[in-house]
Amino acid sequence: MQKKLILDSDLLDITISRLCQQLIEVHQDFSETVILGLQPRGIFLAEIIHQKLEKLLKKSIPLGYLDATFHRDDFRRREIPVKANETRVPFAIEGKRVVLIDDVLFTGRTVRAAMDAMIAFGRPEKVELLVLIDRKYNRDLPIAPDYVGKVVNTLASQKVLVELESKGLNNKIWLINKD
Amino acid sequence: MSKLSQKHLLGIKDITREDIELIFETADNFKEVINRPIKKVPSLRDVTIANVFFENSTRTRLSFELAQKRLSADVINFSASNSSVKKGETLLDTVNNILAMKVDMIVMRHASPGAPHFLSRHIKANIVNAGDGTHEHPTQALLDAYSIREKLGSVSGKKVAIIGDILHSRVALSNIFALQKLGAKVMVCGPPTLLPKYINQLGVQVELNVTKALEWCDVANVLRIQLERQHIKYFPSLREYSLYYGIHKKLLESLKKQIVLMHPGPINRGVELSSDAADSQHSIILDQVENGVAIRMAVLYLLAGAA
Repeated sequence: MQKKLILDSDLLDITISRLCQQLIEVHQDFSETVILGLQPRGIFLAEIIHQKLEKLLKKSIPLGYLDATFHRDDFRRREIPVKANETRVPFAIEGKRVVLIDDVLFTGRTVRAAMDAMIAFGRPEKVELLVLIDRKYNRDLPIAPDYVGKVVNTLASQKVLVELESKGLNNKIWLINKD
Repeated sequence: MSKLSQKHLLGIKDITREDIELIFETADNFKEVINRPIKKVPSLRDVTIANVFFENSTRTRLSFELAQKRLSADVINFSASNSSVKKGETLLDTVNNILAMKVDMIVMRHASPGAPHFLSRHIKANIVNAGDGTHEHPTQALLDAYSIREKLGSVSGKKVAIIGDILHSRVALSNIFALQKLGAKVMVCGPPTLLPKYINQLGVQVELNVTKALEWCDVANVLRIQLERQHIKYFPSLREYSLYYGIHKKLLESLKKQIVLMHPGPINRGVELSSDAADSQHSIILDQVENGVAIRMAVLYLLAGAA
């Protein structure tokens, strides 16, 4: 199994800071914007971004976790069902601008399911997608991110491994060749 | 693991502790779903479920039907009283005819113990036992244990007394299996005529005095006197039963501690439980009903997903 480093912890920090600046450019003081991290792995990135934004803007910004398991289109089509995670959206998204955050954009199916799940909490004014890694040429659905950390050319057989902790300094992103 | 060890839910006896914990974790997520403004998810939209009820039911059937609809399944309802069963059709023929209409899952209640087990040997669809005679009622036991976990934080190490008509109760048997698998201590309490003869072989304590049982337990699960299954007299009168085994507020307040009061319904108010006890702050009876939908959604979801 070959492992190639895509982003090390310093570069990752710069990338995430840049994403925060881009968000502030568009959403300014976040008065009408909420952040939703996608379970299971998008929530760590959402937490890091949320923390940085609150520090930069010196105000509190609504952060929720969205789990799309029950809205997936591959239920009964895989050997073992995907395990559900907690959904916590303790605010109304009706009329708000929503930023969905996930670590890796691959086929786009999780994002489609997440948009479906999100609608259960109201009708947002606008929805945007932020991803750390955009795996190019692998989309099954017409979904494109609004904010991208890094675009990576990958084969379907490869895997992107994101090692993120909300506080950790050892954050790294790897590209793995499966044998 | 996110898969049940079984293809059917026939009884708690057949499933593992890990299965029960997986059902509880999944039910946590569904409980959040049924408290959303839009309470529906599309998971089972290509699944058809038949609710086949050979015996009366209000709560269980409604709860299953609601769970199925919240999961976007297609639902057909069948009750024996207005069907060809009256014309002499066998159980297997009836069910095979339903399956010929491309049904994926069967939720069945039947008066004969073992009826769903018999079916599971002959048909391919997933079967959920919604009560078979005096044998098992697995989803009720799951929602009871889930409600205890929700109220007290965990089931393990808790003392649960099951009080009432143990002899005719499928809820009692399923509860004993579920609670023991989750590490609780179980006591049964009732008049000697309503306790099964070899009940102590299941590893439960037996108590004849209801006050002592209440003093011992953290949770009291009170069962209904099932007059419809009692073909001989097991006690002199309902009045006398109520006098010796009925639970009322005064009795609860005389205890040194707060206990949790449960009842699977339907309650015979004034017999096993007085109104002031059933509606007191001890009671989690309506939480049980809410949790019933979440638990049944979890069971249906996990069984359908493993197909």
